[in-house]
Amino acid sequence: MINFQYARATDVADAVRQIASDPAAKFIAGGTNLIDLMKENVERPTRLIDITRLPLKTVEQTAEGGLRIGALVPNSDLAYHPLIAQRYPILASAILAGASQQLRNMASTGGNLLQRTRCYYFYDTATPCNKREPGSGCSAINGLNRMHAILGTSDACIATHPSDMCVALAALEAKLHVAGPSGERTIAFADFHRLPGDTPERDTNLERNEIVTAVELPPRGFAANYTYLKIRDRLSYAFALVSIAAALELDGTTIKEARLALGGVAHKPWRDAAAEAALRGQPTNPASFSRAADLLLREAKGYEHNSFKLELARRGIVRALTQAAQGTPQSQSNKKIR
Amino acid sequence: MAQTGASKASERRIGVPEKVPVVLTVNGTQTKLELAPWTTLLDALRERLGLTGTKKGCDHGQCGACTVLVNGRRINSCLTFAVMQDGAKVTTIEGLATDGKLHALQQAFIDHDAFQCGYCTPGQICSAAGLIAEGKAKSADEIRELMSGNICRCGAYPNIVAAIQQVMGQP
Repeated sequence: MINFQYARATDVADAVRQIASDPAAKFIAGGTNLIDLMKENVERPTRLIDITRLPLKTVEQTAEGGLRIGALVPNSDLAYHPLIAQRYPILASAILAGASQQLRNMASTGGNLLQRTRCYYFYDTATPCNKREPGSGCSAINGLNRMHAILGTSDACIATHPSDMCVALAALEAKLHVAGPSGERTIAFADFHRLPGDTPERDTNLERNEIVTAVELPPRGFAANYTYLKIRDRLSYAFALVSIAAALELDGTTIKEARLALGGVAHKPWRDAAAEAALRGQPTNPASFSRAADLLLREAKGYEHNSFKLELARRGIVRALTQAAQGTPQSQSNKKIR
Repeated sequence: MAQTGASKASERRIGVPEKVPVVLTVNGTQTKLELAPWTTLLDALRERLGLTGTKKGCDHGQCGACTVLVNGRRINSCLTFAVMQDGAKVTTIEGLATDGKLHALQQAFIDHDAFQCGYCTPGQICSAAGLIAEGKAKSADEIRELMSGNICRCGAYPNIVAAIQQVMGQP
């Protein structure tokens, strides 16, 4: 880790001012990913601006009937918040599927959105990586790529976004409130994370001088028919090979509205409008679910070590939609998949 | 800030490290420290305060050996800078016993032989104390899930769960 100077921000405007005045500065909140990357010399900020004292720690109801979650609400507090557990259980479930309780106690809502990929080569400064060192090449494409993406990849990068929380936020169609030098703006969740293209060094469309202040959930929470199904190499405390957030609104056994978001398969939480459209108006049966899975995966492409993800994702989608339709969401403590 | 002609912002170095004042209340005793900002809470506890009960395992938040309680919540002390915890109350394994009497979890770990080498044990016990305070784990499955941030390479997991269940008053 390189030496750095430490400063505290007193309010959001001060935070934005401080980040704008030093191009080598970074914000720190929970620190669980940034400090790890600093120890690996992947992140090398020469100034850290501690934002943990900013007043962004509340969960409030919005006029529209949704919720506004402050960017500094810790992951664990969010998962156990009564309004989240009751109205947006898919979000609570996804958060509890990720990391460990110690990490969730530290990690912030905003930081979870901004965490970096866990691609081994991104972490290993001895190897080329276009995300870490633009133009140096991608070691994963022809290397160890078991964890890597099967959708939306580019010749420059096949990394995946590691978050579980973000997969649920994608399904819920959250939006983000950000502040910057020219004021505040909102970003639809689907427009926040990027595909790698030829600029994999940019994970999101957040500008360098901007700060995430809140995540807003719309009123619709899909609390009756949802699941977050995460498949990984061990039962707990591991990143997803494939994860599926499925949320349905049913009229009897007919699907009125469907949301389907996948983690572990792309550079961002993956949604597919055609797959969701194909579910609407259909009966809740395996044929409908299989068709949606095939549609979502129609352009999926495996690499040497991760081709298993194509079939894993296909079966996972069918299973997740079945769990959601039956109102039997995946337990995050009893890991038997039913 | 000294800049020595490095072309990229990310490669600039800062000059003489400035130490920053940090006040921590560790195991009930308030301590004033002057620390370089990059000192993790773990290193401050071990290297500056001599509290070596908190272990450095992986130093990357993957093993849980460094778990301590900060303001009553369990965290990985290797993944936070001490300066960020300025003003906080920290409880380490050394602070759990009272008046020479072991904490119920310490006694339960002995009763159930919940360790072999013992390296992960301070983190396991602090994590379990946090788990019980959270009140979310009701079943053995839930204890296992919510203790998954603490790795035991000796594999004492069944006895660790039994020890925690004893303190929680479960059969």
